[in-house]
Parts: sequence; C-alpha cells; structure tokens
Amino acid sequence: MRTHEQFEEDLALYALNELTGNDLQEFDQHVETCAACRREVQALRSDLGLLALSTAGPRPPQRSKDRLMRAIAAEPRGAKSPAPAQPPRRGLSWALIPAAVALALLFAVGNLWQENGRLRDQINTMTALYQNTTAQLAHAEEQLRLLSAPDAMQVSLSPQSEPRNPHATTIYSPSQKRLMLMATNLAPLPPGKMYELWLIPMEGAPMPAGMFKPDEHGNALMTDHVMSAGVLAKAFAVTIEDAVGADKPTMPIVISGQGL
Amino acid sequence: MEPMDTSSATRSEAGDDMRLVARVRAGDQQALAELYDRYSSVVYGVALRILQDTGAAEDILQDIFLQLWRRPDAFDSSRGSLTAWLAVIARHRSIDLLRKRRPETDIEDCVIAGGADPRDQTERSIVIEKVRVVMNEMGADQRTAMEMAFFQGLTHTEIAEKTGEPLGTIKTRIRSGLQMLRARLAS
Repeated sequence: MRTHEQFEEDLALYALNELTGNDLQEFDQHVETCAACRREVQALRSDLGLLALSTAGPRPPQRSKDRLMRAIAAEPRGAKSPAPAQPPRRGLSWALIPAAVALALLFAVGNLWQENGRLRDQINTMTALYQNTTAQLAHAEEQLRLLSAPDAMQVSLSPQSEPRNPHATTIYSPSQKRLMLMATNLAPLPPGKMYELWLIPMEGAPMPAGMFKPDEHGNALMTDHVMSAGVLAKAFAVTIEDAVGADKPTMPIVISGQGL
Repeated sequence: MEPMDTSSATRSEAGDDMRLVARVRAGDQQALAELYDRYSSVVYGVALRILQDTGAAEDILQDIFLQLWRRPDAFDSSRGSLTAWLAVIARHRSIDLLRKRRPETDIEDCVIAGGADPRDQTERSIVIEKVRVVMNEMGADQRTAMEMAFFQGLTHTEIAEKTGEPLGTIKTRIRSGLQMLRARLAS
C-alpha cells in the first residue's frame, strides 16, 4: 500500500488522467478520503487549464456555433422524449401480423433503450450530486474538527499603526497542524506583493503560515493551511512580502497577536 | 494575441460566468451562446492542438458545450475558473479520442479549484500572455516535457523513454513546471 507521500508525488499523473487499472483505483480511493490530496488535484487541474491557455487562439468556424445552437434548440430544457407510436388496432390483414409483431417489438426495444439511457443519465447525475455533497461534508467536518479541537487557539491580531484599522483572527490547532485566518480592513497591496502570516513559535525563528490577498473590500479568508510541524505558537504576525513568499518576515509587521 | 469577440466582451461587463451558467441552468439558450463566444476558442484551440484535425476538434467543441447545456450543474462556479475547467475537459476528451478509447472523462468528475479566474476580455488576454511568457521562460527540456504530457497525452514513462531522461526527472520537471505556472499566475 502506498504512503500519503507516494500518492502526493504522482498527483500530477492522476490530474492528467494518465493512471489506469489498479493504480487508478488506489488513487480514487485515496483522493476520496484525503482532503489535502483532493484539493491539490483540483488545484493541479486548474494549473493544467492555465497551461491550455498557451494554445488559445484559433477560432472555430461559424458553422460550429450554428450546429451547436441547432442542437440545443432541439433539446429545450425539460423536453420529454416523443410518445411512442401506437400500433394500429384495426384493419390489419393476417398476412401483416408477423411484420406488425416485429415492428411492435422494435418499438418496445427502442423505448426500453431510451428509458435505459434516461435512467443511466439520472443515476450519473445523482451519483455526481452525492459525491459532491460527500466532499463538501468532509470539508465542513475538517473545519469543524479544527474549530472544536480542545487545543484550538483563537488569536485576535490588532493594528499597530494602520489608519484603516485592519483586524485578523487566527484559529490554530497544533495537534491538527491546521490553521485558519479571517481578516478585515486590510489595505490594498502593491503589485507583486501578498500578505504573509507568520507563526512565532515558543522557540526559534518565525515560521511561514500561509499567504493571502484581500478582496476589493479588504477582507481575506485563508482556510486549511497545513503547517509542516505542529509546534506551539507564542504569537502570530502578518507582514507584506513578495508574492513568491519569504523565508523570514520583512518589517514592518502589519498586525500581530499573542497566542498565550 | 487571441482575437476576441467584441460583442461578447461588452456583455461580459454586465454578467460574469456565474450568472451565465445560472441562466443556462434555467434553459436560456442565449446564455449558452454567450459562453460559447467567450470560450469556444479555448476549447477548440486545445482540441485542435492535440488532434491536429479541424473536424475532430469541432466535434469535441460541440460535445463539450452540449454537455454544459445538458448538465450545467457539473461546473461549480464558486470554486474555479470556467476557462480552466473547459480547457481541462477539452484536453481530456481529445486525448480519449486520440487514443481511440471511449470517452472516460465525465464533466462532473472534473472538479477544479483556485487558480486565475479571468472574468473579461482584458483579464483573459493578460492571463494568456502571462502563461505564454512563463512557458517561454522555462528551459526547453521542461517545456517539452510539459507539452508532451499535456498536448500529446504521453505518460511520464513514455516521455522518459522518448527523451532518454530518467523517470524521476520527468516527474519533477512536470510538477515543478505546474508549480511555477501557479506561482507566477498568482503574483
């Protein structure tokens, strides 16, 4: 059985749909139960989408759009399959009975095939809905576990000198090595810069604890940051760093808060 | 630079992808036409690059937008960009066709999250240009490995055999290439 690290190493292959047979089955099972790998696969697919943009350029011929619009016009939402034709009940000569039976059988088979396809579509839709809901539930449970962990530590980070009164709250669980941050009133960033959260351990140098950008209202939410080691935190601080991240915080500290 | 449909670009100011997908969900054919105007060149471009056959690329294009019409809920607009989602599906479907295997990629299984999410013509053009710059900045070996994996559908092992490089090197090149793209697009 592979370890998590071994799965992690080949996630790009999985995102590229290059796995088959037992390998694929193993990855499916692992990704279904491992939220970190699931998120990485989703992010890798997004990266692959970006790679695809390097080729964007040629426009399809107009006939393609015409063909598509004709096809969707023939499939209005909620449309039902046409009702099956009824076989004639009267005026049938005995000589035509075998042909009529064969025709009726053909209709029956056709209807069953159509029904089968419709049911298969329904099953696919329900399965996808179920998988989506299960994934969302697993994600919510992870968040809940962090929030309700006995050692979950909530730290409010207050302003030092910013006139816009930025504020942030972190929730960190050393045992789960997970961390969340919610921030408001953050000032817009210069181009190429991001906010970086630092965990100040009881001993040793500050540790990078995730990077984030505020939205246009100055709000930021960073969920699911996983620390490499579950160290105890003395404090948290936020600085502005180059978007690629930094090894040590660059002064000044924008906001900070004590953990204990 | 990619030529853009100016009418769709103007409309994009009024409504983003999320709203268009919601309208498709409600059965609005015009909304699908707008999404097509925005993204058909991405889907078609990817399919054409992989299949090298305009007819087959048009079939992939038709198939993907029909799937979007039939199952718009397959795209979770709160989690990632529609451009990236369509591009990945186009890539996977094209590779399925290239290998003459039945389509294995269900649009509902293709969940993406995060990444750049260009919402209008200008942003899309900037992202496309950035991607091209990053690809050009990569070493030739790394760029070739990424293109072989993405556009030719070769497995890492096949790439290693073709290039004569160790498998581990190929894995690292592809992985670090994707990480580089992600980091540069996020900055």
